[in-house]
Amino acid sequence: MSLAALAWLRFRRHKAGLAGAVFLLLLAAAAWSAPLIEAALGVDAETVDLFARYAPPSAGHLLGADDLGRDLLARLLRGGQVSLSVGLAAAFIAALIGTGLGLLAGYRGGAFDTALMRLTDGVIALPLLPLLIVLAAVDPGKLGLDDGTNASLFRVIAIVALVGWTTVARLVRAAALAARAQDYVRAARALGAGSGRIALRHILPNVASPILVATTLSVGNIILFESVLSFLGLGIQPPAASWGNMLAHAQETIWQAPRLAVWPGLLIFATVIAFNFLGDALQDALDPRS
Amino acid sequence: MTRFLAARLLQAVIVLAVMSFAVYGLIGLMPGDPIDAMIAADPELTSEDTERLKALYGLDRPVWERYLAWAGHALGGDFGHSRIYHRPALDLLAERLPHTVLLMGLAFALSVAIALPAGIFAALRANRFSDYAVNFICFAGISTPPFWLAIMAMLLFSVTLGWLPATGYPAAGDAGWPERLRHLVLPVAVLGLLSAGGVTRYVRASMREALRQDYVRTARAKGLSRAAVVRRHALRNAMIPVVTILALDMGALFSGALITEIMFGYPGMGALIYNAVMANDYNLALVGLLFATFTTLAANIAADGAYVALDPRIAFRAGA
Repeated sequence: MSLAALAWLRFRRHKAGLAGAVFLLLLAAAAWSAPLIEAALGVDAETVDLFARYAPPSAGHLLGADDLGRDLLARLLRGGQVSLSVGLAAAFIAALIGTGLGLLAGYRGGAFDTALMRLTDGVIALPLLPLLIVLAAVDPGKLGLDDGTNASLFRVIAIVALVGWTTVARLVRAAALAARAQDYVRAARALGAGSGRIALRHILPNVASPILVATTLSVGNIILFESVLSFLGLGIQPPAASWGNMLAHAQETIWQAPRLAVWPGLLIFATVIAFNFLGDALQDALDPRS
Repeated sequence: MTRFLAARLLQAVIVLAVMSFAVYGLIGLMPGDPIDAMIAADPELTSEDTERLKALYGLDRPVWERYLAWAGHALGGDFGHSRIYHRPALDLLAERLPHTVLLMGLAFALSVAIALPAGIFAALRANRFSDYAVNFICFAGISTPPFWLAIMAMLLFSVTLGWLPATGYPAAGDAGWPERLRHLVLPVAVLGLLSAGGVTRYVRASMREALRQDYVRTARAKGLSRAAVVRRHALRNAMIPVVTILALDMGALFSGALITEIMFGYPGMGALIYNAVMANDYNLALVGLLFATFTTLAANIAADGAYVALDPRIAFRAGA
C-alpha cells in the first residue's frame, strides 16, 4: 500500500477531521456561489431596504434582514468569502516566508541562524493583539502606498502574514538542521548537488507534512484574528461584509435583534473549529509517530 | 545559571530596544499627528503655520532622531504626557495595572483550576470516549471568538436573566468588594474558560508523554499503585513543560485580556492601550505597548528560570 493510501486511511478514521473538511468544502462552495444564491433568492448583500429593517426570517429573507434591511444570509456568505480568503492567503504567505527563512537558517546555520532564532523568540513572546492593532491603525498613505479598492483586505492579509511565519520557520529550521547531518544529504553533496538543490529536493519534501499541518492549524487562528480586528473596526471596512464587522454592528442592535449577533459568531466558531480538526486529522494521518 | 540569566536579560533589553523603535516608527505612521489635530481644531492655520509648528515640535526631523530624543527622556523616567487625559502616561498606566493584574490573575487561576484536572483525566483515559470529549471541548474553547463569547454571556446573564452587570467596574471607594466581584464574574469567566482549552491540551499532551516513559513502567512493575505512580512519578515530570508553556502563554493571555476589557468596559491596561491607539494618543500607546512587551519578556525569562528550578537535570549554559 502506498504512503498516500495509508495516510488517507488514517485520515478517514479521524471523524471530526473528516466532518471539518466536509463543512469547509460546503462553506467554500456556498460562499463563492454567493452571486448565484443571491440571484436565486432575489436578494443581495448590499442593497439597503429600510422597509425590511430587522425583518424576521421569511421566504424572502431566509435568515431575516439586518438593521438596514440587508439580507443576512447574503451578507454571511460574502463575509465567508472574506474570512476564508484572508485565512488561506495569509496562512499561505506566512508558510512561504517561514519555509524560505527556515531552510536558509537550518541549512546555512551560523550568524543568520542565530539572528533568525532570536527574532522568532522575540516575535513569539510579543503580546500580539496590541501590536496587530497598531499595525492595522497605520495609515498606508504615509508610506506612499496607494489605498486601493480592496485595501483593507490586503492589509489584513499582510499584517497577519508578517507576524505569522515564525511557527513554520522554526519547524523547517529544526528539520533542515536534522537533515543536514543525514547520509542521504551527504551523498547528494558528494554527487555534486548544490545547496539550493539539496534544500529544495532533499530537505523540503521531508518537512512538507509538518508545514501542511502547521499551516492548516494557523488558518483557524488567522480567521480568529481577522474577526477580532474587523470587530474592533480595524480590519475589513464596511460596507463590505466580514463576520467580524457584522458582529461589531450587531452588538449595537443586540436588543432589537440578537439573531444578528448569533449567526456570524456561530460561523466563525464552526469555521475555526473545522480548520483545527482538519489540522489535527492531518497530523494523525501524516505523522503517525507524534 | 547567573551567566545564563545575564544572557537572557541582555537579550530582553535588545528586544525591548528594537520593539520600542519599531512601535515608535509605526505609531508615527498612524493617521493624524499632533499637527493634524491642531489643523482640525483651527481652520485659520496656513501651511506656513503648520511648517513652523512642525519645526517647533521637531516633527520635521527624521524618525530615528526623534526616537533617540524620546528614548533619552524615557530612560530618565519621562514617558511624556497623554494627549487625551492630559496627565503623565506612566501614571495612567500605573493606575490601570492593578485592574489588569487582578483580571488576568483570576482568569489564570480559573483556567489552571479547570485545565489541570481535565488534562490529567483525559491523559489517563487516553483514546477513550471521555478523552475525545475533553479534546472536543478544548477545541471548542480554542475556536471561540472571545468577543462573541462575551456578547453571548452578556446576552444570557445580564439581558435575559439579569443576574450580573453587563459592563463597567466600580471606581475605588465607590463600592465594596462584593459589588466589584459581581462585575468581575463575567470577564474572568470568559477569559478563563477560553484560555483553559489550550492549557488543557498542553497538560494532556505532557501527561501522556510522561506516562509513556520507562520509569513509569518500572514504578508500576515494582508494585506501586497506579495512583502513586501517577501522582509522584508522572505528574511531577509532566508539570515541568506545562509551567514553561504557561509562562510563554502570557502574551496570549494579555491579548485575551485586552479584548475582554474592551468588551466589558473594564478599566484595565489593554483597554487603555486600545483607546490610546484609536485616539492617536502617541505617548500613552507607546508606553502601554512597551510595558506589555516588557511583562511578557519577563514572564518568558521566569519560565526559563522555573525550568531550571523544577528540573535538576537541566543546567543551562550562557547562550543555550
